[in-house]
Amino acid sequence: MSSVTLDSAVASHGPTWHVASRLLHNRSFVIGAGLVLTIALLAVFASGLAPFDPLRNSFRTRLRPPDATYWFGTDHFGRDILSRVLFGARISLTIGLLTALATGIAGTLIGATAGFFRSLDNPVMRLMDALMAFPAILLAIAVAAVLGASVPNVIIALAIATTPHTARIVRASVLVVREHEFVEAARALGATELRILFRHVLPNALGPLIVRLTYVFATAILAEAALSFIGLGPPPPAPSFGSIIAQGRDFIAEAPWVTIFPGLAIIVSVLGLNLLGDGLRDVLDPRMRT
Amino acid sequence: MVRPILEIKNLTTALAGGAITILEDISFSLEPGEVLGVVGESGSGKSMLALSMMGLLPKAVRRTAGRIVLDGEDLAGLPPDRWREKRGIDLAMIFQEPMTALNPVMRVGDQVAEVLRRRGLTATKARQEAVGLFTKVEIPAPEQRVAAYPHELSGGMRQRVMIAIALAANPKVLIADEPTTALDVTVQAQILDLLRKLQKERGLSLVFITHDLGVIAEIADRVLVLYAGRVAEIAPVRTIFDNPRHPYTRALLASIPEINGPRGRLVTIEGAVPSIGAMPKGCRYGPRCPLRRDICEQEPPQLGRVSPDQAVACMEPFGFARLPEEALV
Repeated sequence: MSSVTLDSAVASHGPTWHVASRLLHNRSFVIGAGLVLTIALLAVFASGLAPFDPLRNSFRTRLRPPDATYWFGTDHFGRDILSRVLFGARISLTIGLLTALATGIAGTLIGATAGFFRSLDNPVMRLMDALMAFPAILLAIAVAAVLGASVPNVIIALAIATTPHTARIVRASVLVVREHEFVEAARALGATELRILFRHVLPNALGPLIVRLTYVFATAILAEAALSFIGLGPPPPAPSFGSIIAQGRDFIAEAPWVTIFPGLAIIVSVLGLNLLGDGLRDVLDPRMRT
Repeated sequence: MVRPILEIKNLTTALAGGAITILEDISFSLEPGEVLGVVGESGSGKSMLALSMMGLLPKAVRRTAGRIVLDGEDLAGLPPDRWREKRGIDLAMIFQEPMTALNPVMRVGDQVAEVLRRRGLTATKARQEAVGLFTKVEIPAPEQRVAAYPHELSGGMRQRVMIAIALAANPKVLIADEPTTALDVTVQAQILDLLRKLQKERGLSLVFITHDLGVIAEIADRVLVLYAGRVAEIAPVRTIFDNPRHPYTRALLASIPEINGPRGRLVTIEGAVPSIGAMPKGCRYGPRCPLRRDICEQEPPQLGRVSPDQAVACMEPFGFARLPEEALV
């Protein structure tokens, strides 16, 4: 609040408003959000923006380099790469977003349980530790291999692989918030433990989770590409960033554009999400608060 | 005598499975509409006493004996969930730190309304009532302030919100744990005035915990002096100031500097409060007491009446003899 007003009309700005205003002054957040928003809009309006049907085969236009008609060139089936990347963004971003959401829900429930109900802490967190002992990508590969290659299964696999770390972060911040005096005050007013957890503890503990989820989002896009590359991603012919690259692999010497453009799309998405996450972390991190 | 609204009987709490006692054998009663001041220095067990009455003792601390009778019902005998239901309805508490005792991400009006809703009010009704309570605790522009977040209010305003929350509960007994300690002196006086006014208006039964004898003089009807987890003396506020009988109470009063008094070194009490786990066997004040005799070191003195409304846990007023049966409280 920059100006001092003496009249009684208090304009009330909640914590959300303050965070939002600080975020808009954070360069990394603004650039990241801009990149992510651009890609998201391109994905949403892919059907209007794409110059060609991403699935249309044409042998006459096989492996064309980028030109005025095919901006990003074509692949070995003659499909337009630009159109495939635009539609691929849909699938890749959906996988990223849904993975982040699923991890967010599972991680919050598990982490909050462990952090708030102390007797459950050990059993729950030791299970998470066991899961964390596997490299996340290996765990995702194992789950995807068991479940089979499909978009929902990729999301499930990635969510399982990213949940333990997320649960750990939520638990840590619940452990901090539960010791605050307002929690004791709520208890002194007869609030039930569940009500205290959901109404008083969790809303104050979600900052680190939000930051974590932007990274999960980015990781999921990368991991989807990795799974696609070894044939465990969304099945063809539907394009995702990873599957376009995987299909271009065999022609990388004579038609590098098939892999370069979806690769760039991944770089831009992940960079945007990481910048966004960095900005959020700077603003939400309790150590940065004054 | 009226039936007390709250009666504490032989309350004892202990750490580590009973080996180390924190509060020992605390007994007192509170009449309806009465303000009982509880004074004691840091570590005397004031806050522990408040938490015991609320049923909110930390995990490591157990109540090993005693009854907490609220309006004829022994809370200590209730299952934890029934005790919880009493909180926020029959029992409420005002905390010391208004800066941290409010949820930072919830509008203050909603925090008041939350308590009202537990008493069965609809959401709309609760919101209206919250504005009414804000008016009662003299928050300016209450219609706007209900929508404010805690960080937008000053310490004094936040403490008013805390009081509004306590009033929302409309409790049979209100416990105020150092409600003015964290505030500026001028704000302290305002909050104290407000509390006294509300107490008179509503006939609140109030347990007021503080380390500040000046505050006690302002608000309390009766005073309980706590020393190292035991009751040292209970008496009407005038008697405490005019005719204290426990050496500790006397020493406390003597250490208040007088504004027009002679200048010089401040009067202090020699020594320090014995630490938990290293309590002397007899009187806990014994090691610091100028009147100490051998008998004081044998067993803790019992609380005995020196007059109908004054009780002291000290041998000296009884001539260092065993307490006559009828003097026992």
